[in-house]
Amino acid sequence: MTDISAAPASGSHRGSLLVQDELTRKRNAAETRFRLYGIVAISIAMLALAALLISIFSAGMPAFRQTFVTIPIELPADKLDKSGTRDSAVMAKVTTVGYAKVINEALAAALAAKGISTDGMTEKQIAGLLSPEAPAQLRNYVLANPAVVGTSLPEFELLANGRVDGFFKGRVTMESAKLDSNITPEQLQVAQKMTDAGLMGKRFNWAFITAPDASDQRPEAAGLGVAILGSLYMMIVVLVLSLPIGVAAAVYLEEFAVKNFWTDLIEVNIANLAAVPSIVFGILGLAVFINFAGLPQSAPIVGGLVLTLMTLPRIIIPARAALKAVPPSIRDAALGVGASKVQSVFHHVLPLAAPGILTGMIIGLAQALGETAPLLLIGMVAFVRDYPGGLPGGLFDPATALPVQVYSWTTRGDPGFVERASGAIIVLLVFLLIMNAVAIVLRRRFERRW
Amino acid sequence: MNDMRIAERNVDTNESKISARKVQVYYGTNHALKDVDVDILDKTVTAFIGPSGCGKSTFLRCLNRMNDTVASARVEGTITLDGENIYDAKVDPVQLRAKVGMVFQKPNPFPKSIYDNIAYGPKIHGLTRSKSELDGIVETSLKKAALWNEVKDRLDSPGTGLSGGQQQRLCIARAIATQPEVLLMDEPCSALDPIATAQVEELIDELRSQFSVVIVTHSMQQAARVSQRTAFFHLGNLVEYGETGQIFTNPKDPRTESYITGRIG
Ligand SMILES: Nc1ncnc2c1ncn2[C@@H]1O[C@H](COP(=O)(O)OP(=O)(O)O)[C@@H](O)[C@H]1O
Ligand SMILES: [Mg+2]
Repeated sequence: MTDISAAPASGSHRGSLLVQDELTRKRNAAETRFRLYGIVAISIAMLALAALLISIFSAGMPAFRQTFVTIPIELPADKLDKSGTRDSAVMAKVTTVGYAKVINEALAAALAAKGISTDGMTEKQIAGLLSPEAPAQLRNYVLANPAVVGTSLPEFELLANGRVDGFFKGRVTMESAKLDSNITPEQLQVAQKMTDAGLMGKRFNWAFITAPDASDQRPEAAGLGVAILGSLYMMIVVLVLSLPIGVAAAVYLEEFAVKNFWTDLIEVNIANLAAVPSIVFGILGLAVFINFAGLPQSAPIVGGLVLTLMTLPRIIIPARAALKAVPPSIRDAALGVGASKVQSVFHHVLPLAAPGILTGMIIGLAQALGETAPLLLIGMVAFVRDYPGGLPGGLFDPATALPVQVYSWTTRGDPGFVERASGAIIVLLVFLLIMNAVAIVLRRRFERRW
Repeated sequence: MNDMRIAERNVDTNESKISARKVQVYYGTNHALKDVDVDILDKTVTAFIGPSGCGKSTFLRCLNRMNDTVASARVEGTITLDGENIYDAKVDPVQLRAKVGMVFQKPNPFPKSIYDNIAYGPKIHGLTRSKSELDGIVETSLKKAALWNEVKDRLDSPGTGLSGGQQQRLCIARAIATQPEVLLMDEPCSALDPIATAQVEELIDELRSQFSVVIVTHSMQQAARVSQRTAFFHLGNLVEYGETGQIFTNPKDPRTESYITGRIG
């Protein structure tokens, strides 16, 4: 930008201070231009970020609200518990088909009670207002509370069908319903009347965060519960393994290792490993942890191990930088009063490097949390409806992970999953924001460098 | 040269504390110190003077094996402390450094409280058995370092918050808290203003009653003011070593004379 070699015009220093000479004008122009470039660059970046956030939030926020049908339901004992023992093992013999009949009757009764006519609609179409998941919802509730059999539930919330939900979120219109084999305009009209009558409505949907995934036909029932647990388990594995290993490696290389060919080689390779595409670690994990070591597929332990391998170099490098930034005078001071090398490192150097190490650690963890490719290879893209068990056994149960759930939802046919995927991205972003906030707080906390 | 007040020259003892024989130091291929023979007396202030880069710091750092931390440094020859070779394979440099304390050129207090700065050495060496004993060491060390009155009300405040001169005295207090036998000081006043320098110099003179003090200085006036014996280094050689008064008034070597009259340096 600035041309230092430009020879000053002869005698230019002699001019009046009130008049800018040629060189000064040029320099000022260059400075103005450079500032402009900077502002343009930042504006582009901010615009891109804003566009990204707006598109994700506008597409994803509806996933947190869900349309529910609230109706009174009779639970006839002769249908749901013929034995009369209220033994859930016996009651479990009644399948969702049996509950579907109970629900259909309840729905018909509720519609009749509110005077909503369903003339010209088949029974299947009326049932189609509800999610295919609704019988399972009721069955799970009854099996968990056997005492309710034989009574009547005054208000029970059932998931509305995904298309009906889409209608209230603007995704489905009367026009699109005409062309849609899954829904008819008549059904939507009934849904509208039910809403007016207070039988149907949207509310915040905790199940999106807590429920497991659901099959292709039931986007309205799909949740992130298993994925969040899977991601959490993997992060625990990554943290427990990579913090001590990464810090030990960094401390050894920075403070204790003699400089020779081998440590140089290790250094170069750590830098290279940090640049290896993450999918390569997935292939490695598949070969070593699953095929060779025989660990189960789709398990958070394998995901955690793979992500640990990927994260380690990304932790070691900033940790070494943080250790290097500790002034050597502190080491001299410690050795000077007769501290051993280990004492000088652990009493003085490491505490001073801690903010940097922790920041690197959390950024590494955040990267690992968002990593998808290696997890696809070790089977974490599987369809998992059962929550993994408690720790530590749950580490070996099948699970998915947040970014993988986003990926698998975007590949599904039902348009309801687009909203779900965007909602999942929001959850992922929130977790990342929390982690970054923690990094900032930790840095502030430990950075009382007096 | 006129302000050189060559102080009392009574060397209390002639007992040699540290003896160096044929010490060579190499940094890689750079032969930084050549054939140095010195006897440092007990309870005496010994000054090392000489132009920049002549090896004063290098030799000082040999005396407590701080050069071990420099990967490229190699030390040859023998240095004995009370007759024991400190470069013997059986010697643990950590134990040595507890006996031979060091104060550095730039004040380098730990980023901890004033109290913790002083207490750290005694703690790791297990010098105290109780908190009150430790408090006692902290107090006496700060008193010896002439810092007690200034900081006694704020022992919990950070050592790095003190002024430069106070920080350096804190470092001296920290060094004497481990009860060393020898105190090495590498240009301890170079970062200080004249008043702080005067305080530290006064302190050094008091410390002489308990320790053998070795001080590196680039200021000949300072050497003249505080030391009883002076060693003049030049280009890695020990040119002349003797009573401070003799070195400054009647140098034997022409190089010493050139240096103290300001012709080299
Ligand atoms: N850590 C080091 N690595 C390599 N060379 C060094 C190191 N420290 C000092 N030297 C070299 O040793 C010589 C003596 O340095 P030094 O003892 O610091 O001199 P002084 O303290 O008298 O100014 C110089 O030539 C210097 O370049
Ligand atoms: Mg020096």
